Amino acid sequence: MRIAALILVRVAWLAPTLAGLVAIVFVISRVIPSDPVALLAGETASRAQIELLRQKLGLDRPLPRQLLDYYGQLARGDLGTSLFTTRAVWDDLSARLPATMELTIAAMILAVALGIPLGVVAALYRNRPTDHALRVVSVAGLALASFWLALMLQLFFAMDLRWLPLQARITGFPPPPITGFYVIDAVLEGNFKRLGDVFAHLILPAVTLAIPALATVVRFTRAGVLETLQRPFVTYQRAMGIPAGLIVWKYVLRNSLVSTVTQIGLLFGILLAGAVVIETVFQWPGIGAYAFEAILHSDYAAVMGFTVYAGVVFGIVNLIVDILHAVLDPRGTAA
Amino acid sequence: MRTARDIALKLIGDPSAALGLLIIVALVAVAVLAPLIATHPEAVWDMNPRDRLLPPSETYLFGTDRMGADIFSRILFGARITLTIAIVAVGAALMIGVPIGLISGWCGNWLGEALLRVSDIFLAVPQIVLAIAISQTLGPSIENVILALSVTYWPWFTRLVHAEVRALRHETFIEAAIALGVPTWRIVLLHVLPSVLSPIIVRTSIGMGFTILTASALGFLGLGAPPPAPEWGRMISEAREFLPEAWWSALAPGLAIFLVVMGFNLLGDGLRDVLDPRIRRGNPGR
Repeated sequence: MRIAALILVRVAWLAPTLAGLVAIVFVISRVIPSDPVALLAGETASRAQIELLRQKLGLDRPLPRQLLDYYGQLARGDLGTSLFTTRAVWDDLSARLPATMELTIAAMILAVALGIPLGVVAALYRNRPTDHALRVVSVAGLALASFWLALMLQLFFAMDLRWLPLQARITGFPPPPITGFYVIDAVLEGNFKRLGDVFAHLILPAVTLAIPALATVVRFTRAGVLETLQRPFVTYQRAMGIPAGLIVWKYVLRNSLVSTVTQIGLLFGILLAGAVVIETVFQWPGIGAYAFEAILHSDYAAVMGFTVYAGVVFGIVNLIVDILHAVLDPRGTAA
Repeated sequence: MRTARDIALKLIGDPSAALGLLIIVALVAVAVLAPLIATHPEAVWDMNPRDRLLPPSETYLFGTDRMGADIFSRILFGARITLTIAIVAVGAALMIGVPIGLISGWCGNWLGEALLRVSDIFLAVPQIVLAIAISQTLGPSIENVILALSVTYWPWFTRLVHAEVRALRHETFIEAAIALGVPTWRIVLLHVLPSVLSPIIVRTSIGMGFTILTASALGFLGLGAPPPAPEWGRMISEAREFLPEAWWSALAPGLAIFLVVMGFNLLGDGLRDVLDPRIRRGNPGR
């Protein structure tokens, strides 16, 4: 019941939040003396051509009217038509979402599977060389420009050593999608040769994407474990002679993880932001690479659609995280 | 009451914070003195096709790029762009975010709630997504990058200040001031603001690093300063097509970004340890 209320409130907030997001971009683009139509038309366009394009795009109407028109469009699930692909932006993005999700989930698994044990180790060896080394690594992980790390990994592992493929999701033409997640598709078809190929393509982008998230997980887990270690129940368990390993890896970890789950929303933000940039480096056909192409072609509708779409995806993920948190830790969740 | 001198001494005593401070001082010095330090100040913007894509050597410390410009000199001048973007964008975000946070935290009523909801809108997508949308609609230029980054970063300050002020609202010294009839603006500016200054300073340092990363990503995507500006992110994207042969042209700007962001993050962490008593309580070993 409480969770149902939480979902209702959050879903109800999503629409006005997205409307606000659109309004912000709209207002900023009009208040600042810059002309998107002139940009779109190119430097060689004549005045008449610009005016014609302006009318065609509906940009000659007053701002509130344009905003309302766009809201009306959005309400019908229409994000507009891409000037470059000439397809509906919503369809373009939905076709590309599985690629981004596959990459993001792979990176999330890497970050969590490595980050939690490393965070526990850092807490156990606090202020000893192991902890200092892990701190340097985690601070460094947050300071790397992801696109640069991507290029360096490509340079080393793909161009120099030739161990891993340089870019793309798969060798050759993409197979007809079942779910669009190539790992799942390959398993469903029982095609293990392709599965290996898909994994090889996934490694470099997933590692690049995982590194800042990994650094964040290590830091949060370390802080959470340190805090839990000071709680009375740990002293009690120690006094009872429960093996130290069992205390740490079972009881302490379980109590520290509640705060880590809350951070998954934050992590997803880091990963989505990273994906936008590194997809272009790895020619990964996700929504980030789409946004980049849209920028290159001054595809206004596509960039705008991407923003709204990212808001929807992000809002849904955060909602799922909040529900998960409410289930895991029923204390003090005010909807 | 700890003085600025105590804080400075403690910072220098902490090796990682001292390193961070050193990096930032070096960055500022490099940005200011770029024309003096640069080995080829004339080759930052000029084309020099005879010397294009030369590997690092004594003449060209970090090699040359596709225009034949000296990468070392370009990085030094790029420090000016980086520093300008970070200072102006974070400064603007502070000036918008902190007052809104103070108001929304102090007024627990509809106004506070409304302001918080507005800041939520900006946090509904990752910063870079909104920054891309804004700088795309405005066209590529340094000013627009700064605008996009300030507009998208202030809610972080608002959230932070809001939470701190809410926690302070019922502290005895604040209630005493209210009971004594001190005007609200005086309480907020002279009693509340100084108490939330520490987390703001920490957030500012980390925010500078984060802003530099985002700005370089925008530059990499082609939304930053137009060519031939020696913007680090753009330098990396221009180097892409000459990989793997001209690896040096991508290496140096990336290391520069890494070093500078690392500096701000280390300083931020150090400041947090020195300024925030709550962290020290949970970390008695230090």
